[in-house]
Amino acid sequence: MSNSETPNKKGSSGADLERVYAEWDRKRIEGEKKVPSRTAKFTTWSDMDVPLVSTPLDLDKTGFDYLRDLGMPGEFPYTRGVQRNMFRGKLWTMRQFAGFSTAEETNKRFKLLLEHGQTGLSTAFDMPTLMGYDADSPKSRGEVGKCGVAVSSLEDMERLYEGIPLGEVTTSMTINGPAIVILAMYFAVAEKQGVAREKVRGTLQNDILKEYIAQKEWLFPVEPAVKLVIDTIEHGTKFYPNWNTVSISGYHIREAGATAVQELAFTLADGLAYVDECLKRGMKIDDFAPRLSFFFDVHNDFFEEIAKFRAARRIWARLMRDRYGAKDPRSWMLRTHAQTAGVSLTAQQPYGNIVRVAVQALAGILGGTNSLHTNSMDETLALPTDESVMIALRTQQIIAEESGVANVVDPLGGSYFVESLTSRVEAEALEYIRKIDEMGGMIKAVEKGFPQAEIANSAYHFQRQLEAKEKVMVGVNKYQIDEPKRALNTLYIDRSVEKAQIQKLEALRIRRSAAAVERTLAAVKSTAQAGGNLCGPIEEAVKAYATLQEVCDTLRGVYGIYRESGSF
Amino acid sequence: MSTAQQRKIRVLIAKPGLDGHDRGAKVIARALRDAGFEVVYTGLHQTPEMIVSAAVEEDVHVVGMSILSGAHNALVPEVIDGLKAAGLTDCLYLVGGIIPDEDIAGLRQLGVHMVFTPGASLADVTNYIRDNAPSRE
Repeated sequence: MSNSETPNKKGSSGADLERVYAEWDRKRIEGEKKVPSRTAKFTTWSDMDVPLVSTPLDLDKTGFDYLRDLGMPGEFPYTRGVQRNMFRGKLWTMRQFAGFSTAEETNKRFKLLLEHGQTGLSTAFDMPTLMGYDADSPKSRGEVGKCGVAVSSLEDMERLYEGIPLGEVTTSMTINGPAIVILAMYFAVAEKQGVAREKVRGTLQNDILKEYIAQKEWLFPVEPAVKLVIDTIEHGTKFYPNWNTVSISGYHIREAGATAVQELAFTLADGLAYVDECLKRGMKIDDFAPRLSFFFDVHNDFFEEIAKFRAARRIWARLMRDRYGAKDPRSWMLRTHAQTAGVSLTAQQPYGNIVRVAVQALAGILGGTNSLHTNSMDETLALPTDESVMIALRTQQIIAEESGVANVVDPLGGSYFVESLTSRVEAEALEYIRKIDEMGGMIKAVEKGFPQAEIANSAYHFQRQLEAKEKVMVGVNKYQIDEPKRALNTLYIDRSVEKAQIQKLEALRIRRSAAAVERTLAAVKSTAQAGGNLCGPIEEAVKAYATLQEVCDTLRGVYGIYRESGSF
Repeated sequence: MSTAQQRKIRVLIAKPGLDGHDRGAKVIARALRDAGFEVVYTGLHQTPEMIVSAAVEEDVHVVGMSILSGAHNALVPEVIDGLKAAGLTDCLYLVGGIIPDEDIAGLRQLGVHMVFTPGASLADVTNYIRDNAPSRE
């Protein structure tokens, strides 16, 4: 029995599963004449067909092999998770994304979250910061402190992490276009706190390819922008041994409308592009691959999401080992952060969002994420209030402490449905990756607009389905009620934040040494022109209190800017 | 044949400011095109001046601004003032995105004809434009 190829197809009674299945199916069809299915077709949120029931026959179809496809937790191909004892050892990191208004205000929110048991920080920057503009730029009008915290100089960064020991907490920073500048600022703050750079732990998002694909906060044309990412990987590999140099992100790709498979495929293809560029620069795979990390969305469809996380680990492990010849198991492991799906939240009947987030969070955890942000119920209306952020954090803590799911590794492993779905998600993602390889890799695919167009098609398709009620969002296209205009208190950022930020910046410009700023920016420029690694020169510039925009404008002068076509 | 096709309603979908959230803008642009309107999408990161000049150049009947970053109170007045100064007064001004309820009245006072917030359907937007776009050629 133990070595039989199809151990479950013959029961002890000698009955044959295929025959049993056929008989059952006949009765089912008969029964459905009386109680027909609710719809003609059942699909996942991303439109994958869902079988009524799965059996060992489905595993046979995909050629499922336990040792090859799953193995043990913490072992190749990591389908079941990257640690052997998973959440028994260490719970996932509860990392709530926060950032709004001024550095001082965000610093208070950070401290509130840490006080209440959050285990890592995650920093949201405002639009001007994401685009490399200072608060006093005309381009920043109306945007300062709105979608995140305004950081125009090292001084803001010092205030942002004031009183937070950077040797003890891990910090994630969602910044991409100007990531190289923000990274320099962060390590400068750590140095001022007297923390050795080897002790600094955290993650820089620094994934510029997904900006062109989805989030659309870019500064430079694709090639020099990717060069800056590789600069930071190279620099981080040498000097910041505990820092995740890139967080290769599917979250924004998904939020922009991608399906689960597209999210997975485009994210992994972005990762492959960075790996290829690092290798071209002469780096060794096992030197930098262990510090690559990932970030995925956790959307509505429970099993599809779990399958996506499991497939992600399996694909990455195999690519790293078999395509690149990585030898270090840490290079094979796909470690990931996850965030519940912002786009699934509704402005209508917003308390329902608490439930959506809980279900999504559970999927992320059962999928084996290593870190998680749970959205707040009011995030579709505005930035979250203290109260709603607390509910979101408590959601994770309730799952961790009360539900029991953290006590067992990959409890859905072996489920006929989950395993066959995992294999299908994997196969479809690999098909996309093959297509992108044929185009010459993700950099070329992005320049052609391939992932952008695929996502736009999916987004439009989904909206059509929503309007046809083929997909249901409770409170939006079903179960609507008349609600009072404002069901929730929301956080409001007014223009005074912008004024205060501009005043601080004016004072800084007077106080700092103009000569030092000029000298260090000249070094940034000459290094950029010579094609050298910019991390060192940029660190000198930010320490001289050159502003974010001054550094970025210097680079724009060398590299130019990126413009997207208005196709839709 | 829809009335839109007979009347050739021209719509500009614009993304003012630094906000990169373009899913909604693109979905709306495509839905309006499918409904028979002539649609121009500005692309991302447009200054108010760029939007006004695109609207004038295309001589549009409708300007729809999509903003999800919270910058609407700063950017929408500049666009509307610019459109009026450029003579595009017989024009439907629309805003879509994450707009807090308390800001809607202020935008309406500036001359915005309608604000569409999360949950508005493609049909809501399409029908509104069909019913309210100016009848000039």
